[in-house]
Amino acid sequence: MSKYFSPFVIPFCIGVVLLFAICIWKYIRWYRGFDRLQRAIIKKNILSWKFLPAIWEIVMESLLHRRIFKRNLVLGYMHASIAFGWFLLIVVGFFEAELGIHGSKPFWVAIFYRFFQHDHNTFASAAIFTQVMDGLLLFVLSGIAIAFVKMIYSRIVGMKKVTKHVIFDRFAKVSLWCIFPFRLLSESVTAAMYHNGGFLTQTIGDILPFANVYVEYICWLLYSLALGVFFVSMPFSRYMHIFTEVFLIFFRRLGVKENEQKSGYTMYELSACSRCGICIDACPLNKQLDIKGVQSVYFLRDIRYKMLKDEIADNCLMCSRCASDCPVQLDLMAIRRQMRDKKELDTKNNYRYLDTVRPFNAMDRVVYFAGCMSHLTPGIPEAMEKIFETVGQKYWYMDKDATICCGRPLMQQGFHTQAADLRRKNTQLIVQSHATLLVTSCPICYQSFTKEYKLPIKVMHHTEYIAELIKSGKLKVNKDASLKVTYHDPCELGRGCGIYQEPRDVLNSVAMLMETPEEREHSLCCGFNLGNTVIELEQQEKIRNAALENLQAGNPDLICTACPMCKKAFTRATDAKVMDVAELVSRSIG
Amino acid sequence: MKTIAIIGAGPAGIEAASILAAKEETEILLFEKSASTLDNLRDKAFLFPDFSAADDLVEILEAKLNRDNIKLLSGKEVKSVTEQDGGWQLQDAEGTSYTADAVLMTTGYKVFDAHRKEELGYGIYPGVITSIDMEKKIKEGKVLNAVGDTPKKIVFLQCVGSRDEKSGNHYCSKVCCVTAVKQAIELRKLLPEVETYIFYMDLRMWGGGFEEMYRESQEKYGVRYVRGRISEAASTYDGKIQIKSEDTLVGLPLKMSADLLVLMVGMEPSEGTKMLTRQCNCADSYGFATTMNPHLRDNETAQPGLFVAGSCKRPMSLNDTLTDARSAVVKIAEYLR
Ligand SMILES: Cc1cc2nc3c(=O)[nH]c(=O)nc-3n(C[C@H](O)[C@H](O)[C@H](O)COP(=O)(O)OP(=O)(O)OC[C@H]3O[C@@H](n4cnc5c(N)ncnc54)[C@H](O)[C@@H]3O)c2cc1C
Ligand code: SF4
Ligand code: SF4
Ligand code: SF4
Ligand code: SF4
Repeated sequence: MSKYFSPFVIPFCIGVVLLFAICIWKYIRWYRGFDRLQRAIIKKNILSWKFLPAIWEIVMESLLHRRIFKRNLVLGYMHASIAFGWFLLIVVGFFEAELGIHGSKPFWVAIFYRFFQHDHNTFASAAIFTQVMDGLLLFVLSGIAIAFVKMIYSRIVGMKKVTKHVIFDRFAKVSLWCIFPFRLLSESVTAAMYHNGGFLTQTIGDILPFANVYVEYICWLLYSLALGVFFVSMPFSRYMHIFTEVFLIFFRRLGVKENEQKSGYTMYELSACSRCGICIDACPLNKQLDIKGVQSVYFLRDIRYKMLKDEIADNCLMCSRCASDCPVQLDLMAIRRQMRDKKELDTKNNYRYLDTVRPFNAMDRVVYFAGCMSHLTPGIPEAMEKIFETVGQKYWYMDKDATICCGRPLMQQGFHTQAADLRRKNTQLIVQSHATLLVTSCPICYQSFTKEYKLPIKVMHHTEYIAELIKSGKLKVNKDASLKVTYHDPCELGRGCGIYQEPRDVLNSVAMLMETPEEREHSLCCGFNLGNTVIELEQQEKIRNAALENLQAGNPDLICTACPMCKKAFTRATDAKVMDVAELVSRSIG
Repeated sequence: MKTIAIIGAGPAGIEAASILAAKEETEILLFEKSASTLDNLRDKAFLFPDFSAADDLVEILEAKLNRDNIKLLSGKEVKSVTEQDGGWQLQDAEGTSYTADAVLMTTGYKVFDAHRKEELGYGIYPGVITSIDMEKKIKEGKVLNAVGDTPKKIVFLQCVGSRDEKSGNHYCSKVCCVTAVKQAIELRKLLPEVETYIFYMDLRMWGGGFEEMYRESQEKYGVRYVRGRISEAASTYDGKIQIKSEDTLVGLPLKMSADLLVLMVGMEPSEGTKMLTRQCNCADSYGFATTMNPHLRDNETAQPGLFVAGSCKRPMSLNDTLTDARSAVVKIAEYLR
């Protein structure tokens, strides 16, 4: 045993022990913060086939960082080389130590193998191992080098803005960045003295002017210190994501979801954010208004360090652009809603009218729910009524007079109990109608009905409904091939519900649909989403104008959208000609 | 011989032309993009504050153009105005150039396009009309609702497209409050049975005789006033308009149905005003013309020789427009001396 001990390993050992102790303590505590439903889901699925895709995703994301690769090759390489390279260094190093030193040995030997084993040829393929280990070290070092360049010139990895880190993260980063150069140095010095290096360490060792036991010892001590410092700071810094992402992917694959209140699961999400900063460039508040400090990366950080201010939580359009870019696929919108929890709103008087709304038997009809916003764009419900009449579909216009909001805008602002009141009333009305299909014109309502309600009937957005009518031949439309239109993907319908194709199919059958530079997942928020209560009208208009510019790039005759709110946002800008998909369809049936 | 180009044969342009032409050795080029002059007056029935017939004023103003040294160029839209060696060069839509020693811009206003406030249902429900549509109906002497019957209840909504952050116009259009009062009185004269309601934010009875007219409308004509903004309009099965609003005096939500909803559309700079003020670097954030100084040099722009008058500067009543045209004449005469 003493043969494999040297005092320099102490920092590393303390680091490892603390790291695991803190992590295990945190993970257990968070797990106990899961609510009953979340835990039941884990119990139910832990032994199911869902296990396998979880493992696959962990390899693809936590190690290989596939999603970052898809975004930018250099950035992906940077993340993968550090994560996967280091992982391999540990695994291959472990086997090398197992083969090279027989019998029991302390756990640090694998880490400081070259220091304890000077002999190059203890087993058959030892030389190959040496070269492989050098190769892996070079792999990691190349990633660190890119990270270093990125700090000075972020465009190299396709990023305009990078995260501004808190002091503590910078401290952890410096120790992380030191680990590998110190390892290189230590192994090179040892190689210079004992000729046990590979293509990299031996080459460097051979040109080193200094190499004696003192230098060697100091180098290995620095390496151990860097490791120790990094390990101790890891659970408190952004590097906690390294382990946490693994757990998160696992829980998520088993079916755990965020709920209305912050839970233990949220704690996992918070720590799984690597503060990569990809969400900063995605955010229209950054791009169009240069508002700093509110983007998801800062928002999550502020929650984690308990320094979140209301202005930050509220300053978000809920456009989910960042969520669709986030390589860890965090449920950023749900966390934002949790942090907006404001219970004190008194709605007793406002909600008295709910009791006066009477149910209606719509057994043989489609239920049509225009949505409050559509009442401000009466052209849309008018068009829908015409379409229903044209195909001879009887319908019940549920919110024609007594408009009850679906509740989602309240929820976005954090008024969860109030939203639940509205959901209860609407559910009651819908259930008592005995209808089997609900069509809505508002993507906000659509997302609400499909995700927050548990309705026993099918729900369709009107673009889906119209697409089906056209496809089945029930609705005959005239195509005007000379009419060039562009389509705006509303955040709530596109990124929110994944409906991208149906509106395009519909538009293609009535006009000539053109592509726009930023569309589908990348579509730009119209700025008038109800999510943000902080920015001013002029700022909303700036965001709107950027979206409009994108839509007008190819000089279309008409801009189409599928959301009353987007439509209002665009028509406020004087010269834009804007229509809802339903309106264009209604026009094309004469 | 001095040549003065006046752009826009509205009340301001004509008034200025007629006075300037009285001077010897002066020639006036009066450009008008439309085929006829005074279009913004011809669609009016009676004028506030005195209920005089708009047609009479049209006649008087037109007569003022009967001078040899006024060249009315109707159907000629001015597309560009540029300074050249101390003089001015103008170009019309066909590309013909004209030169002048001074230019007076009287390109006026246009009304707010009510389609932009879709929640009010203009262009969707036939029962929703604008103040201009109402003016035409009164002029024809025939006011009917959407299904061709005599209306029983008519609601006016003030400040459509004015004092409204959302439509981008923060200013007050000045003429619509009193126009609503005027139209409500005319309607009561025309259809004694009709109920009239005016929804307002606050009533701006700023001009001579306005307040008296407002009082008379209540006392003599029974016009009713509700303080509140209408948030949305919808149609009912029988072609009426259902209005949702809040009475901000009593603080209660309010629903009302009416045969006609009249949107009191505000004034915006005309297309010509917007285009030329931008070209000549004298546009404010809306596109109205800015002047050197609101008190003493309110007809001069930053460019010597380029003058402005009338509603191309800001919303104005006729009275103010005509006075402003005369004041521009003084400044132009000073400049050419
Ligand atoms: C609903 C309503 C009711 C009103 N009722 C009254 C009332 O009862 N009493 C009252 O005192 N006032 C009333 N007014 C206000 C009145 O209409 C204006 O004060 C007046 O018309 C302003 O005159 P102007 O010459 O400045 O502009 P305008 O009347 O707008 O004339 C401008 C002219 O310039 C022309 N033009 C524009 N661009 C070009 C170009 N590039 N080249 C050539 N020609 C061009 C236009 O065609 C137009 O003929 C009312 C206004 C509204 C909206
Ligand atoms: S939220 Fe996602 S995209 Fe943003 S920093 Fe965290 S991991 Fe990166
Ligand atoms: S949801 Fe939209 S506005 Fe909010 S942080 Fe993400 S990108 Fe920015
Ligand atoms: S559109 Fe809007 S506002 Fe609307 S019902 Fe749905 S959530 Fe309520
Ligand atoms: S005059 Fe009256 S109606 Fe017109 S904008 Fe001003 S306050 Fe509103």
